[in-house]
Amino acid sequence: MYTQAMDTMAREGGAKLEKVLRPEEQALQDRFDARIDAGDFIEAKDWMPDNYRKTLLRQISQHAHSEIVGMLPEGNWISRAPTLKRKAILLAKVQDEGGHGLYLYAAAETLGTSRDQMIDALHSGKAKYSSIFNYPTLTWADIGTIGWLVDGAAIMNQVPICRCSFAPYARAMIRICREESFHQRQGYDSLLTMMRDGTDAQRAMVQDAVNRWWWPCLMMFGPPDDQSPNSAQGMRWGIKRVSNDTLRQKFVDATVQQAQVLGVTLPDPDLKWNEERQHWDFGAIDWSEFWRVVGGDGPCNRERLAMRVAAWEEGAWVREAALAHARKQSMKEAA
Amino acid sequence: MNDVKNEWPLWEVFVRTKAGLDHKHCGSLHAADPKMALQMARDVYTRRQEGCSVWVVRSDQIVASDPGDKDMLFDPAEDKVYRHPTFYKLPDSVDHM
Repeated sequence: MYTQAMDTMAREGGAKLEKVLRPEEQALQDRFDARIDAGDFIEAKDWMPDNYRKTLLRQISQHAHSEIVGMLPEGNWISRAPTLKRKAILLAKVQDEGGHGLYLYAAAETLGTSRDQMIDALHSGKAKYSSIFNYPTLTWADIGTIGWLVDGAAIMNQVPICRCSFAPYARAMIRICREESFHQRQGYDSLLTMMRDGTDAQRAMVQDAVNRWWWPCLMMFGPPDDQSPNSAQGMRWGIKRVSNDTLRQKFVDATVQQAQVLGVTLPDPDLKWNEERQHWDFGAIDWSEFWRVVGGDGPCNRERLAMRVAAWEEGAWVREAALAHARKQSMKEAA
Repeated sequence: MNDVKNEWPLWEVFVRTKAGLDHKHCGSLHAADPKMALQMARDVYTRRQEGCSVWVVRSDQIVASDPGDKDMLFDPAEDKVYRHPTFYKLPDSVDHM
């Protein structure tokens, strides 16, 4: 999930999407455009416009960072899972997120940036990750809610990227989407257990978690279409396939019934079925909160980044020792 | 720390999904040595019984064709329809040959 990179680009002064071409580049550009129009996939070694490369690098690396940082809010609960079954499930899910981060870093590396450069960009604050991971996981119900809502939104967002024009990204996404469906189902299953078999206090805990996660989840899809200046270019390039608002509506439509079955309410007084549109209407999103969190001032931004940096720095000796060992072994073999 | 020389080298991972099938490329990863590459390939690419055998190959050991040579390399096969069995029209009675 976690593909807000293109939406935040304009504000952060990232890759500019328009550029005047040198005449000799025009032929390559025309050929590239024709391939995109024909629905062809672009491979890492194929010629591509600089801005296509930059935009993808930005999106894929930030997607990777999101998977890795996304391990933190849930990892927080592994040692406190209520049963061995839930602990095994949560471990498997967090391990998947780590795996997804690795698939995506590998896809981004094919564009010509090293893993260390990407990690450095994350740690220096230059590269972002999804706004959603800057919210805290206060109770066990948050873990089920993340599976149901956050991963649900992620799946909605990620399925269209399986058809991204950049093939290494598309291939990584296919693998990720295949694995992600269990993430949403285990979350819903966990909440359902609490709602059906739990105490009143546990049911209240679920409702509280849903209340806190609902709006941040709607923000995950990024700003409204009329405030996403780079969306059109992303669509033209086949990087973005479905608009932010369309995906958000799809998510709301899918989630309302799931909430009813679960027995929780969604914290939006304006949520109601629109017979004419055949969609659920929902209330206004507080975009100032979204931009504040993206800008670094969410509830957990500093904590998340500090944990990533500490993990990287504390692991430095392991990385160096493994390399030294490998060099020694290969010298022994050569001798 | 940004020196690429300090990065663990890149490996390409090939997985045989079940006995009798060929190994298929499924992705890449960083590892310090062959043993670690195999171990990590297992963890990263076969968490759901996707394989029964794994190959890892240093990425810098792979020789690849240039995308620019695609036409030169692969187009000559285009007009050689006689290499396919369907090119030969045989009488119905022996067409299952």
